[in-house]
Amino acid sequence: MSVVKSDRMNSPQIGGAVSKIHMVLLALVPAVSIMTYQFGFGTVINILIAVTTATLSEAIILALRKRPIKIHLNDLSSVLTAVLLGLALPPLAPWWLTVIASLSSIIIAKQLFGNTGVGLFNPAMVGYAVVLLSFPLEMSAWITPVSMLVEGINHPNIFESFSIVFGMNDSVDGITGATPLDAFKQSNGLLVDQIYQTKTVFSEALLAGVGWEIVNIAFLCGGVFLLQARIFSWHAPFAMLTTITILAMIFWDGGSSVSTGSPFMHLLSGGTMMGAFFIITDPSTSVKTNNAKLMYGALIGLFIFVIRAWGDYPDAVAFGALLGNCAAPLIDFISKNTTKISMGTSDAE
Amino acid sequence: MQDILVILISSILINNLVLTEFFGLSTLFGSPQKIEPVIGLSLATILLITLATVANFAVDRLIIQPFDLEYLRTLAFVITVGAVVPAAKKIGRMTNPVIKKSLDLFMPLIFSNTAVLGISLTIINKNISFIESLFAGISIGIGFSLILIMFTLLRERAALADVPQPFQGAAIGFVTAGLMSLGFMGLIGI
Repeated sequence: MSVVKSDRMNSPQIGGAVSKIHMVLLALVPAVSIMTYQFGFGTVINILIAVTTATLSEAIILALRKRPIKIHLNDLSSVLTAVLLGLALPPLAPWWLTVIASLSSIIIAKQLFGNTGVGLFNPAMVGYAVVLLSFPLEMSAWITPVSMLVEGINHPNIFESFSIVFGMNDSVDGITGATPLDAFKQSNGLLVDQIYQTKTVFSEALLAGVGWEIVNIAFLCGGVFLLQARIFSWHAPFAMLTTITILAMIFWDGGSSVSTGSPFMHLLSGGTMMGAFFIITDPSTSVKTNNAKLMYGALIGLFIFVIRAWGDYPDAVAFGALLGNCAAPLIDFISKNTTKISMGTSDAE
Repeated sequence: MQDILVILISSILINNLVLTEFFGLSTLFGSPQKIEPVIGLSLATILLITLATVANFAVDRLIIQPFDLEYLRTLAFVITVGAVVPAAKKIGRMTNPVIKKSLDLFMPLIFSNTAVLGISLTIINKNISFIESLFAGISIGIGFSLILIMFTLLRERAALADVPQPFQGAAIGFVTAGLMSLGFMGLIGI
């Protein structure tokens, strides 16, 4: 078994690693554009607010700690966190929601653990989980994808979007709706066929759910691009997606009323692809060796599926990633010791 | 059988008493920050929690409930736990040198664990059988140990971080535990 050198050593500090984050940001371009097309300008505004808040708060903390501000801001890791957060939060969310989420992710999850490199928890997912638990109502208002809008209603244009986000105009009625995972969760006791016939979010979709499938495919494309560029190894995303697929096939149950939904729905809805390629591959909160990455990805996939299928929350990428982060050092510890034993050099404590 | 499986999974992961009811925090934060001693500590804690839960269950069903002495429950449980400690030490010494060593080293941490008493008081109110209380004890002990081990390893990792001065030491430990429970809150409702 080959033991890969820890990514943490060359993780986003300064120097050569800068280009890594540039690549990741580049890989997010298709997802940002598709989400903007599907859900309107809300996504862009989210990203703008998140990036501004993240950069400012990071600069303030660095100034308080008398650390070089420019070098740390130039590595763009807080921008990457903010962009991921902006994509994860619902478009046209009120501005304070995005601000609170960005502050939690940058200050609590990133700066308290000493800037980047040794974070224990993925900053973007910490911010997301904080606002999801604190403001569930605001977090559940997702914008309807463009192809599902009722005739005559359009997404607000860029000026209207700004006024909605900053609370000067609260006319988001008619353009919010349930996400595929929401719709599925709320339809307890129906056969899958019945759900698919009654909910347009499924009946007009190709594979999983209108709009969402394309967004997820955009994230998948970005992820494949990063894999090609060898930004991260395939192990963790592969293990996570495989686990979700296998579990979804086991509990598909022929589409009965206790079915947990099709594998396509689980793979191409919510934040699956974003989580698989842009969240759990974060080197500093992940595990070291390839074997450990397989375990790590599989564990996160398991948690995501279990929470989606039987938990209170419709989507669980954030919680799955956080639980994976909790377990990451343990997985490293186990894989290190099993390797030692299998190589015959068991350490006598 | 299914009930026992449900008890196992729910008390290890979903209703983990450390992160949902904040039992045993003193042990969690007072424990050594190295993984090797913590593994022994965890094994000893599992042993003690199991024994104490079963003993308290027996005391409750055989003495307290027949004689309507519910108001003495907390006191009686404290005494029972005190009586169980020597038994735990004896069993620990017989079974495993690692457990024996940590029983000697971390006596106060293990036996003053608020979780031991808290767990007995919590599960006594549920309508469960003797065997189920045994498994509840074991699984809550495993759940506690899992959190303890994960927390220690996370702290080992955080020790490498350039933590701001006001947050060094216990403060970053509390932040870490808070973020852990943030993740575990997603499991509510399963």
